[in-house]
Formats: sequence, structure tokens, C-alpha cells
Amino acid sequence: MAQVNETVLRVRNLHLYFQTRGGPVQAVDGVDFDLRKNEATVIIGESGCGKSSLAKAILRLLPRNAGRYDGEIWLHDQNIMTLSDESYRREIRWRRISMVPQAAMNALNPVMKIGDQVAEPAMVHLNLGEQEAMKSAVRMLEHVGVPIDFLHRYAFELSGGMRQRSALAMALVTLPDVVILDEPTSALDVLTQASIMNLMKRMKKELETSFILITHDIATSSELADNVAVMYAGQIVEVCDARRFFAKPLHPYSHALMASVPRLRETIEPEFITGQPPSLLNPPTGCRFKDRCPRRFEKCDQEPPMYVREGDRQVKCWLYE
Amino acid sequence: MSNDNVHTPVTTHTNSNGQPLLQIDDLHVWYELKRFGFGHAGYVRAVDGVQFDLKQGEAIACVGESGCGKSSLMKTILGLNMPTSGDIIFDDTALSQTRGEALRHYRSKIGYVQQDPFGALPPFMNIERILEEPLLINGMTDKEERHARIAKILEEVKLTPISEVLPKYPHMLSGGQQQRIVIARAMVMGPKLLVADEPVSMLDASVRVEILRLLRKLQESHNLAVIYITHDLSTVRYFSEYIFVMYAGEIVEFARMEDLLDNPKHPYTHALLEASSDPNADNALVMREIPKGEPPSLVNPPPACRFHPRCPHFMEGLCNVKAPPQFVVEEHHRVACWLYDDSAKG
Repeated sequence: MAQVNETVLRVRNLHLYFQTRGGPVQAVDGVDFDLRKNEATVIIGESGCGKSSLAKAILRLLPRNAGRYDGEIWLHDQNIMTLSDESYRREIRWRRISMVPQAAMNALNPVMKIGDQVAEPAMVHLNLGEQEAMKSAVRMLEHVGVPIDFLHRYAFELSGGMRQRSALAMALVTLPDVVILDEPTSALDVLTQASIMNLMKRMKKELETSFILITHDIATSSELADNVAVMYAGQIVEVCDARRFFAKPLHPYSHALMASVPRLRETIEPEFITGQPPSLLNPPTGCRFKDRCPRRFEKCDQEPPMYVREGDRQVKCWLYE
Repeated sequence: MSNDNVHTPVTTHTNSNGQPLLQIDDLHVWYELKRFGFGHAGYVRAVDGVQFDLKQGEAIACVGESGCGKSSLMKTILGLNMPTSGDIIFDDTALSQTRGEALRHYRSKIGYVQQDPFGALPPFMNIERILEEPLLINGMTDKEERHARIAKILEEVKLTPISEVLPKYPHMLSGGQQQRIVIARAMVMGPKLLVADEPVSMLDASVRVEILRLLRKLQESHNLAVIYITHDLSTVRYFSEYIFVMYAGEIVEFARMEDLLDNPKHPYTHALLEASSDPNADNALVMREIPKGEPPSLVNPPPACRFHPRCPHFMEGLCNVKAPPQFVVEEHHRVACWLYDDSAKG
């Protein structure tokens, strides 16, 4: 990329553990990544790799059994991890960072009209009056392609695609710096999925917003990605720009993941990854992927550091020592 | 119920004659809409004139969006719904004439693989009971025999060691293992036809291919006929010989799998292919061309061609007036679209 956009969000050494009777679950274990203005970083991983927990950790939406929670999250020049819960709620959540949670289209309030529902975050977080908030809700709904006469409808009267658009409008109505999208299209039909992806591409261009897209669907993620971070067993194992990543992933896990995607336009036989992701309760020592890795060697029993290759590609694997 | 069916070894289904195993003949499945509980308020035309054949040992993929009637079609094939008109002839039995005990026999020859494995397995039964249930219902009284059958099928779906798997409950298994149990349950009666309803859409990418390969292997080793329902076009290439696309209760295109993927004809098929992406960084630079609007309601579908309000090749005075018949564009490739009417072009 010719000119590099300024960095909006820098996550450094972020940890989020959950307390269980069996011990701490290391859902997010030392995660580092950057997000630049007007760009989208995709976090790819299988279910249970901690990617949704990462979203919760960034937005500080912690469940009751949260244990260790530390690290640094720099939003522009402010480390938001140092804020108290109350000032985080007042200043950051939804004002600066918002989220479209998983299956948001099925989580809309069934007894609230769409218009009111989209206006609500603006009233609560921006302290706008009812009419002001409604105005910005209308503006945002127009933006995401929900017809204005849907304003007074309830969620059940809308199709899946329209509900997903409304959920997106709820996240965007406060014009935050960062929007986290957790599996935004996984429950939708192909055509709806493609039109939501179109919409997000347009949003990225038109608004001054950066996106974190969390997904297990690699093919669809390439529709939006500027940068890719691959997550495995609570850790980020590879960070790269999309162009080089989709052409040639470096980490053996990224490689296997890409090989497992069935292709529509090519006749490559897809491969599967043998074995299962490790439990986050007692993750294996050393490299966490070693038991499934086809290129394992002696060194893998020690934890590999993050190596920087080809300028700015990061990969956590001894092969790149 | 006769025990003969239960006692046939799992692997000896051969094609007795050239007859297709499954014939769907102008099938209509309509649901009546009621007003205030009894007044008639029209029909939901979930399946409207569907027609295709399936031979023993062949796999066919059914592609369509939610609400296009594919689930109604499958439920009817499984014998859970009755045809409103038209018929399904499976293994020389006409479904519309089948009732009671004979219907149960009909159902026992079709296996069903559900979409969500966790939802499909009863949480309070262990694996042994789950797999035993169909055999008990169909009158296999000998415990030894049941056990042998279960052991064999678990080996085929590669869930071993068997003694460790049997006492487990569904929540103790991973998603991929649960789906294997669902497949084993579908196979335990030795069916001739397997209906797989989005069998991999709830699974992780790394497991998907494994499950698809397993289904393919079972299909080949048992000479099964398989109907694979999906909305994900990228997985069909590895699975089926034939494929058809449904839109608003009708088949709009039917072809050999390669023909449809490499040489699609119907504008709706084009749109579906355009919307599916392969991992490629260039995707982020282009906008996909998506037909405007949404699939129509099946209560009052658009007249004539049901895709015409969304179609980029809409021809006024034709597409909205006369329903297109199925034009044969090449061998085994038919498409319901006026663009392929050769007689009009002269």
C-alpha cells in the first residue's frame, strides 16, 4: 500500500482467562495486533480458539467468571485498559468501539420498533435527545439500505438480511472509531451474505471507521480484509496483509486452514486438518499446533517467538527462525 | 413389519433393473393457510411442480436459499409430508398410496442427516441407545445382532474404539464426532437413499472436508443414492454428479455438476455463483453484483417466471406473462428461462 494509514487500535499482550472448576481457561493468551484507520483486520480461527473472547476483551464485556484480564489496548494515544469500568462505559463503549455480536439479527428486541432500537445507543451513549437520536438513526438506516418505512416495524417483520443491516446500523449510529463484527454473515443466505459484504465495503469507504471482522469463513473474509490475523488456541500465530496472506500463508496452521477451503472456481482437492484443537484449559506447552503440524521438529517443544519476515509479516513458528 | 429388511446385510444393495430408485413426478407440496383457525386464506406453495429422477448410487445436490422450498421437498421425500399432487415413487412404492405400517417401512429405507448435529441428537441418550433406537423400532429383537450392526457402522464412520464411544453422551463429543454419529444413525438401517440437509454448514472449515469425504465414501461403498442439500456452492464440486437449483418452489436449472458450475445458464444460477467467493485478496477491491430485492413470498409468488422481478435479463411481455418451460440446452442440462428458447430465435 502506497500510503500507510494511522494506527487506530493497538492491542499488546492482551490476556483474558476464565475461572472454571477445572482451572483457568486461557481464551486470550498474549494477543498482539494493530488496526489502521479505514481498514479491516480479519481474525480467522476455528470455533473455540478464543476469537469471540478476544472481541469481549477489547470491548470489556466480561462474563462473571473472568479471571486474569490484563495487557494494553491503545486507542489512538490512550491506553483504555487503565480506565475504570465506569469511565470505560461512558467514554469508550459504543462511543469509540462498538460491536455487532454473533447472531445479532436474532437478538434484536422483539417488542421494540426498529427505529427506536437503532436510536437507543445514540441516546444512551451520546446523550442525544429523542428527536436528535431518531434523526441519526434514520440517517444510519438509510446508509445501510433499510427502507425508511421499516422504521416503525418490529424485528419479526423483517427478513434476515434487513435485520442484519439494522444490527449494523445500531453499531454504527454513534459513529465509532472501531466496529467489531463477530461472524456477521454466517447465518445468512449466499446472496444476502454477498450484499451485506458489499454494504460493509461501502461503509468502510464512506465512514471513517475501522473494522475488526471475526470469522471462521475464510472465503468470505477475503471480501473485506486488508489485514489478516490467524488465531489458534488463544494465540495469534500469523499476522499479514491480505494480499500476501491469501497468496501464500506462512504458518503451517494458516496453510492447512487455507487448504481446507473448498474452491468453487478451481479443482483443487481440499485437505482436512487431522486431530482437534487443544483444550484451552491445559494447552500444550511449546507450540500449541505441534500435535497437528505436518512439519513438526524437535524445537517445537519450546514456545516459538513471533518472527518478522518479508518486511512486516509476523509468524509464530520455529520454521522461520 | 417384516424383519427381512432389517436382516439384509448393509452392503448388498444392487440396482436390480434400470429403473431409477427415486422418481419425483410433478410434485406439489402446498400448505393451507388458515385465518382464525379455520377460514381458508390461500396456500403456501412450497414445492410447485418439481420433477427429477435419481438412480441407485448417484448423488444429486439441491441448491437454493432459505425459503425456496428445499426443506419441504426433502420432508416429502422422507415421507413426513404428503404430496398435495404429483407423486414420489421410491423403490417401486408410490408415496401418495402409502399409509401406516407400509409408510414406516418406506421411511426405514431412507436415512436422514440433519444440519445441526447437536440439536439432532437427544442429550439424555448415550450413543449406544441413539444408534439402537432405529433398530428397535424396526423390530430387531436380537441384542447380539443389534450390537454387531452398531459396531460395524461405527467402524465405517471411523469412531473407534467402539467401547469408548458407546457409553458417551452427545455433549462429550466434538462437532465433527457428533455429525459422525448422526451419519451412523442414518446408516444403521442400511438405507438405499440418504438425504443430507446441509450436513457440514455448522462445522468448522477444517472438519467439513473430512465429513464430506466420509459421506462420499459411504455412498460409494454402499452404492447409495444421496440427496445433498446446501446453499454453499463451493462444496458441491466434491460431492455430486448432478445438481439442481431451486427458486421459489421450482427447479430453475438442472445439470451435470461440472456443466452447471462451469457453464451456468439461468440468471439466478449466475447470481448464486457470482455471490460465492474463493479466498482471494482481490475480492476486497470489487463489489459483487447481486440481484435486487429478496426471494418472493410463496403465498403470492410473482406470475409466470418467479425470478422476473429480480432478473437482469427481464423481457417485458414475456417473462411476466408466460411461465417458461424447461428448455433442454444440452444433454442432461435443462433450464427454465426464456433466454434459451431456440424456437423464438428461429
